[in-house]
Amino acid sequence: MDLILEGIKKAFWLLITLDPEVMGITLLSLEVSGIATLISLFFGISIGVAVALSRFTGKKIVVSLINTGMALPPVVVGLFVTIFLWRNGPLGFFGILYTPIAMIIAQTVIATPIVMGITLAAIQQLPQKLRLQILALGATRLQMVWILIKEAKLPLLAAVMAGFGGVISEVGASIMVGGNIKGYSRVLTTATVMETSRGNFDIAIALGIILLLLAYFINLILTQIQQRTRPR
Amino acid sequence: MIESSPILEAKGIQVIRGETILLDISSFLIHEGEILSLIGPNGAGKTTLMQTLSYLLKPFQGEIFFRGKKIEANHSVLEYRRKLAMVFQEPLLFDTTVFNNVASGLKIRGMKKSEIHDRVIEQLDRFGISHLKDRSAKTLSGGEAQRTSLARAFSIQPEILLLDEPFASLDPPTRDSLIEDLEHILQQTGTAAVFATHDRLEALRLSDQIAVMNQGKILQIGSPDEVMNQPVDEFVASFVGVETILTGKVIKQNGGTIITSIESQEIEVVGDARIGETVLLCIRPENVTLSSHSSQERTSARNVFPGRITKITSLGLYQRVHLDCTFPLVAYVTNHSLEELSLTEGREVRASFKATAITVIKKGET
Repeated sequence: MDLILEGIKKAFWLLITLDPEVMGITLLSLEVSGIATLISLFFGISIGVAVALSRFTGKKIVVSLINTGMALPPVVVGLFVTIFLWRNGPLGFFGILYTPIAMIIAQTVIATPIVMGITLAAIQQLPQKLRLQILALGATRLQMVWILIKEAKLPLLAAVMAGFGGVISEVGASIMVGGNIKGYSRVLTTATVMETSRGNFDIAIALGIILLLLAYFINLILTQIQQRTRPR
Repeated sequence: MIESSPILEAKGIQVIRGETILLDISSFLIHEGEILSLIGPNGAGKTTLMQTLSYLLKPFQGEIFFRGKKIEANHSVLEYRRKLAMVFQEPLLFDTTVFNNVASGLKIRGMKKSEIHDRVIEQLDRFGISHLKDRSAKTLSGGEAQRTSLARAFSIQPEILLLDEPFASLDPPTRDSLIEDLEHILQQTGTAAVFATHDRLEALRLSDQIAVMNQGKILQIGSPDEVMNQPVDEFVASFVGVETILTGKVIKQNGGTIITSIESQEIEVVGDARIGETVLLCIRPENVTLSSHSSQERTSARNVFPGRITKITSLGLYQRVHLDCTFPLVAYVTNHSLEELSLTEGREVRASFKATAITVIKKGET
């Protein structure tokens, strides 16, 4: 019991004093996951919208693939990104394995299907006739797509949150492709794993609290958004 | 007929999905300032025709001309669409304020903010929804939402307006007040409009021309009076409210009138047909008068038949009376007359209707 109490006490001390190591880890986490989410938004929304709006044979297969991708196990992503970036792998010449860039790539691969799947569903749930109405208002195809995205803005915000939430709490891929190098590629999750295995529960708890707070705020915003969608 | 050039013309339009022909229209014309109603049951092709006219649906074959200029699928569609406005059965509003909804068509056209503001205010005022300006479109009632949708359509000052059953999902009082306003606004702006509805009374109220559609075809197009009183075939007749349609043979022909034989009875009709020809007689229920069997009351009607009441159904303000006069006949009587004549099922009465109140359709010739 002492262990936990002591741990929590020390954890708060680390947080209140803005311990440089803990802060560095937190900032890097936000940076890596933030950039990965931004990139995944670009690919996820554009491909998601394109698939939702077009008709082609095999669309059902593509949609189910995207939905499967939403549950992509991070360790599998870590494995394949590692293989690709391995010194004599296909992209080995970049020399970016065990760097934050590799972590951004892995997290982008994890977040993109999540954003894509939610975007797809969001656009598909808009009434079919809305597209006709937009075109009848004189919109070009591009204007139509933009208006549809704006119409789906609330579920799309949810996509952002889900994507970010998915990667900030992910540990498998980050540890595999980032290497958990101190002061360089160590993020909240990988540090928590390491400190716990070393028995440094105080730091581990501090990191855990930060992760929980992040998760709480993400869900708080998500809930707010969902409450706002149905004013009636 | 209105003396002006056609604003919109469609020729040889066919829309085919799979094996079925959804639409098959040889020619369709609407003039400047004209309001044309498309009436027909669900699935008649009204919506398909509307979407084809706005080029939201590319026809399998056929051409559409706007002010004499052919619309080309590749380059003039956008230009064309920006001259028309369309309102659907659902308001299809955007998730923003009423003001921004009404402004949306103008924003799409890249109009200046100050200009947009003035135009939107004008339309909001016109449709009586100025007070809702800053409300979220999601919080509107059905009537308010459809007003917003109409204001959005009018704000772009369309040269032609396509209305696809815009009142179908509104309750009667809301619908009535909105139709009244729309009628007034259409008159004021002189905008040509195509108005699809399955309600013939709505059509009668608004239109200069009525086209009756069924199974992807236009069966008849003409003034409301023509369509209501001279339906070209059985389908049109029953759709415009004729309840009795009898098949008979012409046995005598005398100047402007013919005598037809139906179930061993003779009915005199004003019209023209050859002896021996088979014709359909359309009798509107409001043109049939009932009197008590014993009454010796003189009537100017040429056709008087004894009959027995087989069924009475209430239509609210009046009653629909089904008669057996050896041929079936339907009459409408007011609740008051029903009581006065003490009409009940099984009673014998006299039914009369004028020779001029019957529309003759020659079979096989239309």
